[in-house]
Amino acid sequence: MSKNRTIKVDYLARVEGEGALFIKVKDGILDECQLKIFEPPRFFEAFLQDREYTEAPDITARICGICPIAYIMSSIHAMEDILNIKVDGQLRELRRLIYCGEWIESHVLHVFMLHAPDFLGYQDAIQLAGDKPELVKMALRLKKAGNEIVRLLGGREIHPINNRVGGFYKVPEKQDFNVLLEELKWARDASIEAVKVANSLPFPDFDQEYEFVALHHPDEYPFNEGRLISNRGLDIAIKDYENHFEEIHVERSNALHSVHKGAGNYLVGPMARYNLNYNQLSDLTKEVAKGIGFDRQIVNPFQSIVVRSLETVYAIDEAIRIIENYEKPDKPFIEHKIDPGIGYGCTEAPRGILYHRYEIDENGLIKTAKIVPPTAQNQSRIEEDLSNFIPKFIDLSDEDLTWKCEQAVRNYDPCISCATHFLKLTIERE
Amino acid sequence: MASSILIIGVGSPYRCDDSVGLIIVKSLEYIQSKQVRLIEHSGEGSDLMDVWKNYNYIFLIDAVQSGKPPGTIHRINAREEKVPTEFFHYSTHAFGVAEAVEMARALGEFPENLFIFGIEGKNFNMGHDMSPSVKISAKIVEKMLKEEIQKIINQEIMNA
Repeated sequence: MSKNRTIKVDYLARVEGEGALFIKVKDGILDECQLKIFEPPRFFEAFLQDREYTEAPDITARICGICPIAYIMSSIHAMEDILNIKVDGQLRELRRLIYCGEWIESHVLHVFMLHAPDFLGYQDAIQLAGDKPELVKMALRLKKAGNEIVRLLGGREIHPINNRVGGFYKVPEKQDFNVLLEELKWARDASIEAVKVANSLPFPDFDQEYEFVALHHPDEYPFNEGRLISNRGLDIAIKDYENHFEEIHVERSNALHSVHKGAGNYLVGPMARYNLNYNQLSDLTKEVAKGIGFDRQIVNPFQSIVVRSLETVYAIDEAIRIIENYEKPDKPFIEHKIDPGIGYGCTEAPRGILYHRYEIDENGLIKTAKIVPPTAQNQSRIEEDLSNFIPKFIDLSDEDLTWKCEQAVRNYDPCISCATHFLKLTIERE
Repeated sequence: MASSILIIGVGSPYRCDDSVGLIIVKSLEYIQSKQVRLIEHSGEGSDLMDVWKNYNYIFLIDAVQSGKPPGTIHRINAREEKVPTEFFHYSTHAFGVAEAVEMARALGEFPENLFIFGIEGKNFNMGHDMSPSVKISAKIVEKMLKEEIQKIINQEIMNA
């Protein structure tokens, strides 16, 4: 094997050059590691201009087929910030519930269909299904429970349409949840088993030092609201996001990297949320976490698969709590008037914080839009982790090294639609 | 009882040629009936496996990229042929159409009849412009689908 090589990972096979991981090995030593991510938000930011403020949730929901709720909710919260609307009570609870649904489906998909096969030495989930059909069937049923929540509240599961500024177009009757509630009780038990499966996987030793950034709310594990905090002292309101974070142009690459001003790169997503909000998890989730020794800071990104599984337990447990306490609200949404202004929204997508800012005029037309997805924020940190990770495996064959890199990139569950699409990896040794 | 028929248009409305499946489904909306259902879908595989359950005939339409000239129409009888994963959104990081088909096969949950219409795309960038050859093929696939569905319905009337 040549001592000089380049590894190239194309994220989006269908759109050449949209995104790639480029790794260059020179004289047997890692010379360069670049992660390029294409960012459709730029297109959407322009596309939203002069659209009605009410259209932002439906349009931005199309950015991602996996996490439409995150886009819907961040845009709605930003609009409500402008219009001074405060949604509380059962409507607020329903918003948490639909977010639970999105976390369940997204996390289960990632854990079992994409990430677990790597750890178990399978090429993909289809091969895994051949050997362990019951495990895969369990995962698909678990994921479906999340889909059902989104379908029931969102009107449909893919590209939900029932959310709006001020609340929902329609709200369910209490009895609409009957079948779902029973299924969620099954799902809660199954998700605890899933944590055990995830925790039994072989993890490489790879503890890293991170600045974790997540939303934080004193009384609840964060979905829609809170302050932005970090383990290094950050504690700001959402509206101050752009005063503390910026996208910088990186020399030798066309990509923009999000950085915490004056502090460098940072990590958002399940590990950040978990480490910053452990106390806000439900008692059941904490009990499961303690049972596997996860009542501590998790700093090995390969263990993010366990954290995602624990967050799935939480999301199901929280969904059950909300449904059991549900009383149909009198009105599905809060009436409001149009006021011009600027507003900010940030919610916890399954992959981490998703920031939106909008400016609307007196007619409710969007003048400017800014969207910062979680994967774009993690980009620089993923590069750093890969730069630390690859040297440990530099002598592997191209095929094995490619596989290791894919597994490592999957730790961050890079969004397959909003920031990156597909992973195709090539190794070049000079 | 009459067979149930599901037509699924897969794609993104904001990615030029990738929207072709959605456009075909929209143009066929008028054939929706008790027996024939049409839906738009992002192509998320595990949900597809759920959506197509309980239908006798499934027709799935999506843009593909296999290196053939833009506008080329592929018709795959997925029950008889393996769906090439690189055809659609090939990726080890995604669980899309091809993965859903092969996963259903692996789990013994394969639909009775599943036909895939793949239309070779050229431009998958963000935007709304569809390539002229893809637009022409969309019309052809629309006609092909209408005929196939009419054939199923006619056959059942004959057998009744």
